[in-house]
Amino acid sequence: MPLPFIVITLIKAIVVLIVLMTVAAYLVWFERKIVARIQNRWGPTRVGPFGLLQPLADAIKLLTKEDFTPAGVFRVPYLLAPALSLTVALLAFAVIPFGPGFQIADLNIGLLFILAISSMGVYGIVLAGWASNSKYSLLGGLRSSAQMISYELAISLSVVGVLLLGGSLSLREIVSAQSGVWGLVPRWNVFPQLVGFFCFFIAAIAETNRLPFDLPEAETELVAGYHTEYSSMKFAMFFIAEYTNMVTASCMATILFFGGWHGPVPSFLPAPLQAVVPLFWFSLKVVLFLFVYVWIRGTLPRFRYDQLMSFGWKFLVPLALINLVVTSFVIALRA
Amino acid sequence: MIGGDYVPSNYIPVVIFIVIATLFPIVTLLVAKLVRPSTPEPDKLGPYECGIDPQMESRGRYTVRYYIIAILFVIFDVETIFLFPWAVQFKVLGLFGLIEMLVFLGILIVGYVWVYKKGALEWV
Repeated sequence: MPLPFIVITLIKAIVVLIVLMTVAAYLVWFERKIVARIQNRWGPTRVGPFGLLQPLADAIKLLTKEDFTPAGVFRVPYLLAPALSLTVALLAFAVIPFGPGFQIADLNIGLLFILAISSMGVYGIVLAGWASNSKYSLLGGLRSSAQMISYELAISLSVVGVLLLGGSLSLREIVSAQSGVWGLVPRWNVFPQLVGFFCFFIAAIAETNRLPFDLPEAETELVAGYHTEYSSMKFAMFFIAEYTNMVTASCMATILFFGGWHGPVPSFLPAPLQAVVPLFWFSLKVVLFLFVYVWIRGTLPRFRYDQLMSFGWKFLVPLALINLVVTSFVIALRA
Repeated sequence: MIGGDYVPSNYIPVVIFIVIATLFPIVTLLVAKLVRPSTPEPDKLGPYECGIDPQMESRGRYTVRYYIIAILFVIFDVETIFLFPWAVQFKVLGLFGLIEMLVFLGILIVGYVWVYKKGALEWV
């Protein structure tokens, strides 16, 4: 491997990491602002204009807080869990294409890579729950593992429809297959795969442990679930990991169902600016999905645990299966 | 497509990214260790139970449902992974692929119906 290639990759990786951390930090601000408006409050306003420096203040606070390890915990898994959660959450971005050429690695199994990596996220939570020596943590960890693996099934089944249409596991090729238009409608997978998208997005919300599926950390019953016993930077890592997972899920919804970096209208910008257009569309779609995430959080109450499990197993999984069979029949009949 | 002289050079950036993503939490924890205070006390170190001293072992027994769900997940997820290569090659395989997969899905669905009837998906 030539050295310049490695250096360029290194720079790319660091840039992606910095952008991602900034996005995750400002997502917290974004969420607090929007939820505040939904609840008729103002949200953060004191630190900087519109509270824009709030994420910075939070970061400094979390970094300088005392970080103690409670008595009776299993030290190694207790330390490993937050680091693992965060690392695994970041890894998905190794294969996500932000625009044509804006991608760290174009794997021919990109989608499989993301599914594999995101299913490892459950280890961080289970280890945290089990190592913490707290009943709340244990219950949170158990609930979370059962929830995440159940909805992972729905995610995997719902993306098979996209694979049938795109014919590739490479995320870049899946996006490329969605270029062009049918008449006035862009050729995005969401139109033929509306049911698949529905399954995918609901399962993705459950997979990232967000409301209305935030049973693992249901604060009214489990204090803070699996991270009850975590403080300071270790707590912050679970926090960042959760928000990073939200960004990943939004990126995946954009790539698989909403045409990735392809815009709904042809670009009319002059040539030098043309390169930023795909990035603009990609970011816009991701921000829209993040908004929907926050909107759902601000609107819906939490599920009960048995409702959650039966919704996943008895509704989403069969629905995704039916969608898969119907899609394959339609494609076979047209061929 | 993968030929005979395939070199997994695509994975080198992934490895680099994995290294950076692994270093990131470690460095953050080390930096935090330098700036944060540390004053452990016995009361502070006990597990949080709303201020009451814990009464029992915290890693107690829990419902068997979680195991059932985990086992069901393993079965169905492995079957789902088999669908991926089929879906990618679907247009090449044509009618043969469709029928073959319907047989496979049929077995999967029979299993699903059986599990449903047995009540393994009921939580309460």
